Amino acid sequence: MPFLRLVSWVVAISHFRFLNERYRCDMTSNWLRPGFAGAGLVVIFAFLAQVSPATATVFNGKSFSLANGLQVVVVSNHRVPIVTHMIYYRVGAIDEPAGQSGIAHFLEHLMFKGTKTTAPGEFSAIVARNGGRENAFTTPDATSYFQSIARDRLEVVMRIEADRMTNLVLTGEVIEPERQVVLEERRSRVENKPSSQLREEAQAALYLNHPYRKPVIGWEHEIRALTHEQIVDFYDKWYAPNNAIVVMSGDITVADARTLAEKYYGVIPARPLPVRQEWREPPQRTDRRVELKHPQVQQPSWTLRYLTPSYAYGDTQHVYALQVLEAILSGGATSRLYKSLVVEQQVAVSTGAWYSPSSRGPTAFGFSATPRSVDGIAAVEVAVSAEIARLLKNGVTEDEVARAIARLQANAIFARDSNLAPARTLGGALVIGRSVDDVESWPEHIGAVTATAVEDAARAVFEDRPTVTTLLLPAQKS
Amino acid sequence: MRWHSQNPILRLVGLIVAFVGVLMFGFAPAKAVTVQQVTSPGGIVAWLVEDHSIPLTSIEFSFRGGAALDPKGKDGLANLVSGLLDEGAGDIDSQTFQGRLSDLSISLRFSAGLDTFRGSFKTLNRHRDEALDLLRLALSQPRFDAEPVERIRQQVLTSIRRRSKDPDRIASQTLWRAVFADHPYGRPLRGTNSSVSAITVDDIRTFVERRIAKDTLIVGVVGDISAAELATMLDTVFGNLPDRAASPQLQKANTVSSGQTFVIEQNVPQSVITFSQPGLARDDADYYIAYVMNYILGGGGFSSRLYEEVREKRGLAYSVYSYMNLMEAGALIAGGVSTVNARAGESLQVIRAEWARMRDNGITREELDNAKRYLTGSWPLSFDNTSRIARQLVGMQYSDLGVDYLDCRNDFIEAVQLDDVNRVAQQVLDPNKFTVVVVGMPEGIEPTAEPPDLKD
Repeated sequence: MPFLRLVSWVVAISHFRFLNERYRCDMTSNWLRPGFAGAGLVVIFAFLAQVSPATATVFNGKSFSLANGLQVVVVSNHRVPIVTHMIYYRVGAIDEPAGQSGIAHFLEHLMFKGTKTTAPGEFSAIVARNGGRENAFTTPDATSYFQSIARDRLEVVMRIEADRMTNLVLTGEVIEPERQVVLEERRSRVENKPSSQLREEAQAALYLNHPYRKPVIGWEHEIRALTHEQIVDFYDKWYAPNNAIVVMSGDITVADARTLAEKYYGVIPARPLPVRQEWREPPQRTDRRVELKHPQVQQPSWTLRYLTPSYAYGDTQHVYALQVLEAILSGGATSRLYKSLVVEQQVAVSTGAWYSPSSRGPTAFGFSATPRSVDGIAAVEVAVSAEIARLLKNGVTEDEVARAIARLQANAIFARDSNLAPARTLGGALVIGRSVDDVESWPEHIGAVTATAVEDAARAVFEDRPTVTTLLLPAQKS
Repeated sequence: MRWHSQNPILRLVGLIVAFVGVLMFGFAPAKAVTVQQVTSPGGIVAWLVEDHSIPLTSIEFSFRGGAALDPKGKDGLANLVSGLLDEGAGDIDSQTFQGRLSDLSISLRFSAGLDTFRGSFKTLNRHRDEALDLLRLALSQPRFDAEPVERIRQQVLTSIRRRSKDPDRIASQTLWRAVFADHPYGRPLRGTNSSVSAITVDDIRTFVERRIAKDTLIVGVVGDISAAELATMLDTVFGNLPDRAASPQLQKANTVSSGQTFVIEQNVPQSVITFSQPGLARDDADYYIAYVMNYILGGGGFSSRLYEEVREKRGLAYSVYSYMNLMEAGALIAGGVSTVNARAGESLQVIRAEWARMRDNGITREELDNAKRYLTGSWPLSFDNTSRIARQLVGMQYSDLGVDYLDCRNDFIEAVQLDDVNRVAQQVLDPNKFTVVVVGMPEGIEPTAEPPDLKD
């Protein structure tokens, strides 16, 4: 089973909603009932984390641009008369002015608060009474809003999505209660959860300079200080058709998508966009250890991060080989790490690696392990380090590479089995400057990876490179 | 997926007669996927939706009877078994078995619910024969070698330890213990440190022998497979199972709804609040009425009353919700909210007030119409993924719904009338029956009793 894991930074989602259709047999357990916040979030995280690729035949996505600069991507899939409609703005937490962390995400919440012609909350009411489901999320690189709806209601959501691109109305009356909501969201996600607190500080340690070091949801004191004027200014600067990508996935043709996009988005004039700050990381020289001892923690856990190229940053020639490497090291009971640490040495109960190249800036190649005994954290650290050393010394086999490629390419077929996954994959790619062709040719690029390429990539990322290690520990020995 | 096009006019006529008002604003009759009932030569039944758009096959299946039937002192048995069935079978050891699943990209997972033991399977068609053979082996000849048993046991024990101070986990488990008292629903599905440690390989084998059987099996299949192919496949995979399960009887739950409030002090900034009151079962005559009512009250995402009053107007929480919990032996209407400690009392008060307001004043025509539009209009959204549809097929059989349920389900929603909702709200909703559990340092909430002890 593919491993779902969280990307290392907080991804903030303004709302969650839970399944509306449940049967008795869907009930899982006391604490894993659908309806608990986790259920909805895991789905979203899974999509983001997997950044999941296409297949040899892939999504067959088509793209075009409107005269005002808005990009449109269409994936036709006529299984069911529904369409998922997403808009991505090329603005995320890293575009926030200094001292205004959380403003991109706060604005995302406020986008539901009404326009010149709709009342606060009316957006969601319109979507719901047309049988649609919707949500939104903010990442370091982007802000996205999406709805799934019956084909014959698609126009309704396009009209109101286009409306709030330019006509948002913000007043103190809607901002202040929503500020409290965002603070509650921060408490739920971070303040009540030691593992999130550690992750937040691990990011700050991994990036010396790049704004990925800030949490997407923002630091509490800065969320409290954001002003009405700053929020409006941020909205005016970045929410424009020439800074947006619309993806439609489902029962729609390219011709129909073009007609609708012209009608609703095409009439919005392009606007000059701010010059985007290009952030670089300076050379890093030190290994860093981030350790949290917390009374809520009863089971220790350990992670290790290396700063790593992404599709859009650094030595990009390694990104496909690194994905193959991740699949060799992690994922499943026969992966290198699991087999070694969990099955053979029995020092860990779980372990894995993660690598997600879909970002504008430098990303991380990470390792994680949960020790089998409460005081076994040193043993897992030693064992993972030994696996990395073995990789650098002995490399990988052609057989391992071939099997990893087959698995990755199969995932791309499974990714077609919904409307949202293609939309998220393509939208997430375009928003960091990649093309539809890049996504569609992913299986080919993965298929071309050789053992030598994997070894070169491993050396480039791991050999004598600085690391960030995290330790989550109980407050006192139990 | 294929959609009916045969009889939209007939259906339309029926709807016009009954619901003229709704149709004017509402949706065209929802088209539904075609569900076939397939019976194998060996007598195994599955429900099938053919979808030839992607060369894959999804199978979801379920055995009636779940973790609530775990023997006393062996809590967590079903859950442990669910982690072990794919750890080697027949003459294939754990690493080889897992290696084949991985190399062929076969997704095979088992999971234990309180009322069911479930399997979830998905494969590319090009590997289907070998994949099905692995599934057959997992169900009929699991090995339970010492190494995987201890490994998975340690994983479960670790996960219990990891969550032991998690406020969300403590809140929900305490609520269930308080409400279900001595009933198995009040015990932890994953077990405790001592119960999981006490499970033997004999216990595990006994579970498989007694509980994995044809007469409790429910199967839903979606994908690029024909009815004829499925019929053969059913016998291959499930044909070797015993005819009859020897499951113990699940006792009826006498839910406790004494209006108690429990506070578990924990030094966290945000109080986690969960609450419940008695609810309606899936087979209750008023089920759909309650379903619509709950949507308006707290089930409806961004449009519910709880969302509006607690989040939108007052900024008291990021998440607030209610839901119907449809357990085999006892149903609840439950909910939750997480609020900064200083305003926890206020949040709970607003929720109680909303409960009482709906009970006393009912809902509006507009709320009912909007709820119906959402619930009927969003129904097709559940059908864009093969596994989800397969789970629906299992759920339909579990609840004894007809093979045409996907077509007629919206009619049940449309049939709900304003007076019905107001009647059920008055009969059912009662904030005085709330059992409330709060984990945190809440202000404005007074406990009425000591919380039940979770340690055992």
